Amino acid sequence: MTIDMLIDIGSWVLLSLGGFFVFVGGVGVLRMPNLYTRMHAASVTDTMGAILIIVGIMLQAGASLATVKLAAILLFLLLTSPTASNALASAALLAGLRPSESTAADTERHQ
Amino acid sequence: MSVVFSVFMLTLLVITTFAIVRTRHLFVAVVLTGIFSLLIAAIFFLLDAADVALTEAAIGAGIATVLFLGALALTGEHERGGSRNRLLSLAVVAVIASILIYATFDNPRFGDPQAPVHQHVSPWYLDGTREYIDIPNVVTAVLGSFRGYDTLGEVFVVFTAGIGVLFLFSAQPRRRRSSSQPATGPIEGEGLRHYLIPRVVGRMLIPFILLFGLYVQFHGEYGPGGGFQAGAIFAAAVILYALLEGETRALRALPASVLTGLMAGGALLYSAVGVAGMLLGSHFLDYSVLAADPVVGQQIGIVLIEAGVGITVAGVLISVFHAFAARESV
Repeated sequence: MTIDMLIDIGSWVLLSLGGFFVFVGGVGVLRMPNLYTRMHAASVTDTMGAILIIVGIMLQAGASLATVKLAAILLFLLLTSPTASNALASAALLAGLRPSESTAADTERHQ
Repeated sequence: MSVVFSVFMLTLLVITTFAIVRTRHLFVAVVLTGIFSLLIAAIFFLLDAADVALTEAAIGAGIATVLFLGALALTGEHERGGSRNRLLSLAVVAVIASILIYATFDNPRFGDPQAPVHQHVSPWYLDGTREYIDIPNVVTAVLGSFRGYDTLGEVFVVFTAGIGVLFLFSAQPRRRRSSSQPATGPIEGEGLRHYLIPRVVGRMLIPFILLFGLYVQFHGEYGPGGGFQAGAIFAAAVILYALLEGETRALRALPASVLTGLMAGGALLYSAVGVAGMLLGSHFLDYSVLAADPVVGQQIGIVLIEAGVGITVAGVLISVFHAFAARESV
């Protein structure tokens, strides 16, 4: 069992886990009852999914320029995704979508 | 594996297209158009066309979406009812679609090296780049030097489009552009000044976006990139600043007169490089005479004309954004 193989296995575990979290995020966006809970599900894709997948690719890339670029992308994503979620949530609040009321409204509409 | 992925992406593309056609809500349509651009950028990348993918992602998914949203803010979010004559439209679309599908039967097989497009001038470009220009990115060599006329034409198309949009917006009676009378102090409540998190993160990112724009601009000879992409990235940074800090501050940092100068200056720089070639005793847009060594001359010429492209694209995109935003505040 060489070190290369260990790195490869670790990388694939991370990639699969990341894929799983992206999938869970997608299911959540479809299944959750209102905007805020849907955003909560989508943020799983932004954070856990992105971190695991990018670290997995970094392990594949090894010590190279590509890894540095991937680290920059990861940093960028970790800064921008939560900011975008925050901006979206405050825009929804500003537009008058109250978290508690919208749940009731959504369930009523579905019934 | 790559084929499976391509088919998957193309399927998503078709689904997105149907969703764009079906939706009556224009806001949804704009967001879907952004997704469409991003998908097609990924497909371009799968086809090894990284330069085109970068352009599509920066302009199609980025700037165009922002400009569409600006246009929506001026109009309305709902599509007006279509015409009654649906059967006629369907017939026209069906005929055109069947002609196009029939035409694809004559296409060479996907990736066929014997295809005419790979036999005509492409081999010469691939060999000639090494011999005459000596830069790693053949796409930049073709765009900048071998087909410099075409790129000059594209820059003037962008320039003309910018002038057209500015004319359209100045034709309507409206408040004087805030650029001509800069306000004395920052207007409170403009932009997102009250929203701490987007503002802090945005301010932190803008310098890096500008730095990345410079990298894309000047790395175009070695990797994917060039003036069009860099211009769009620059414009994105300035537009982000305008959204966060308000129009007034953005126009104080880059006044409208400077933007107009950039629009014309980039196109002029490109043409001037061409005329310099003529004055030094060669043809228009022949950069070989710009330096003692023809290869170095070509490289200098490409760097200069790419700078011209970037300046014009950034100037036009920022001006168009300001034109939309000025209308919004009427």
